[in-house]
Amino acid sequence: MKRLSYDIVIVGSGAGGGTMAQELSPLCRSKGWKIAVLEKGPKLRDDEFTGREIEMSAALYEENGGFLTAERTMTLAFGRAYGGSTVVYTGTSLPPPQRVIERWNVPGLETEDLHRRVAKFSAENNVHFLPEEEINENNRLFVAGCRRLGYRVEQFPVNVKGCRGSSLCNLGCPNQAKQGTNRVQLPRAESNGVEVVTRCEVESIGERTLRARVTAAQPGEKGEPSAWEPGEYQIDARIIVVCAGAVNSPALLLRSGLGGRLPRLGHGFTVHPALILVAEHERPIENFVGHPKSFYLDQFAEDERFVLETCMYFPFTTAKSLAGFGESHSSFMKAFPRLQMVLLLACDKATAGNRVTTDAEGRPVVHYRFTPEVVRALVRGGITSARIFFAAGAKRVHLPFVRPSAVEASEADRLDEIERRANFLPGGMAVSAAHLQGGCGMGRAPSDSVTDAWGRVHGTDWLYVADASLFPDSVEINPYLTIMALADRVAERIREVTATA
Amino acid sequence: MPPPVFPPVFLRAFVSTIVPEATALDDGRWVDVEAVIEGVLQQRPASIRRQLRMFLRLIQWLPLLRYGRRFTSLNPQQCAHFLSCFENHRLLLIRSGFWGVRTLALLGYYGRPEAAELIGYAADRRGWEAVR
Repeated sequence: MKRLSYDIVIVGSGAGGGTMAQELSPLCRSKGWKIAVLEKGPKLRDDEFTGREIEMSAALYEENGGFLTAERTMTLAFGRAYGGSTVVYTGTSLPPPQRVIERWNVPGLETEDLHRRVAKFSAENNVHFLPEEEINENNRLFVAGCRRLGYRVEQFPVNVKGCRGSSLCNLGCPNQAKQGTNRVQLPRAESNGVEVVTRCEVESIGERTLRARVTAAQPGEKGEPSAWEPGEYQIDARIIVVCAGAVNSPALLLRSGLGGRLPRLGHGFTVHPALILVAEHERPIENFVGHPKSFYLDQFAEDERFVLETCMYFPFTTAKSLAGFGESHSSFMKAFPRLQMVLLLACDKATAGNRVTTDAEGRPVVHYRFTPEVVRALVRGGITSARIFFAAGAKRVHLPFVRPSAVEASEADRLDEIERRANFLPGGMAVSAAHLQGGCGMGRAPSDSVTDAWGRVHGTDWLYVADASLFPDSVEINPYLTIMALADRVAERIREVTATA
Repeated sequence: MPPPVFPPVFLRAFVSTIVPEATALDDGRWVDVEAVIEGVLQQRPASIRRQLRMFLRLIQWLPLLRYGRRFTSLNPQQCAHFLSCFENHRLLLIRSGFWGVRTLALLGYYGRPEAAELIGYAADRRGWEAVR
């Protein structure tokens, strides 16, 4: 086993780890400190982003984007690459709602402070509204349907620069237009002297030390080799910052034996369970060109607990999302150029039992059951989506929780009745989630949380968390800017406590 | 190299029930379907592959009780009728198991670039430039 020594080690390179690396990188110059980022996934060369669904999912996602919950009723999608999930998100950039931060009730965590930090990263990541001529028909139909129904549809600010409209954001932008940490924060950190080590999985954390394993690229596998030789490593560090995401961060701390004195470790896990909803129009619409996610509807988030967003997915993901099989399923797939899509997200709440644990080998296990509130939100949101689709001119809509799943335009005035016969069968439809949050929640003391308001793990002065696992409950919007803002706070605290070191 | 999770004869019968267009595939394309599915399964833990094999055996042999024949000997209507019982089964274990193997069948068929072209999906890295 090789032994190395650093001043700061950051585990993970996504929205949390990438931000942390950039914000701590001045210490490399000002203090001569050694900082390393250890990332489990590979760093792909620009020409390896092909936009092909299966090969990119394998290269960029944990378990190809299909990480199954223990109940086998939902799949989780999270990145595993230089840049983490910021390589595979759509770049939608919203600040956390004030109502959410107030509800979190973390002492010292203020909406105003978070919004100031969000503004900083929005400027850094070129967040802006796409111009009218770059909005595709899939998005325009959503806007038209919402407006006809009097809904308050809003445009997403997105963090792209030189977007060509490939629509392939979720497979890693083939034009490097999306301003994730792989394009902005990590290169900046590296230029300041931070080392980013890919293909390096951290196995456990001890008192100011980590054990990690570097693996070689398999033949034919995408990505550059790691900066370190394949093998086992022990790395000593004054400060360790865990930014491995809401599944892997709690799992890493659990297999490191911290569960005994941190009873909330792994708890408070939320995901925004989502359904991909599809409608067919009479004529082809622009759907697989242009930014896929330009508009959203969140007016129902408070009362009905759901948010709708435009989306456009790839053939296999779409096929998986449609209920049933055989001719009825194929008829939607054969209509692909005429399909309009909406992503329905339920605003779930932290619930006892929904949590991250580890198996006998230390691998993460996610336990998640749909509460009656989540089921109601998904059904309500599905029916609302159907109204929007029909208002936009769709001839039929696919609703996975009714049989038969195809609802014709002639039935549009019977949607209330259709809602009453909804049969949401967990395990019988494709519920997925990509907004994974909680597990190392912030709070006051070990009895209610894992870290303090600045990400420091209770009972330590050397271990921090800085990613979505810090959220005490669902953020109810796309989370990446909130993660960056929180990581910025944690970095600020680390700079303060190390100022005299 | 471990044996394939989907035995070849079963693979064809099952995928063709999930995606009827698959009956038009030639031998070479079936090799592609199998390669896509097995490629993904190779990366999954051995325990998952074992469970899948068991579930597929269940699908293969359970029709004996009702039709007196294995799944691979049923006609297409019988195959579809038999699988529809799994889809909405009252037991979560059966429903989620079926959802899993159905997902793999869809992966094998629609995960091929050729299938994407056939349904008219033509995303291009050049985006707007490619269509205007």
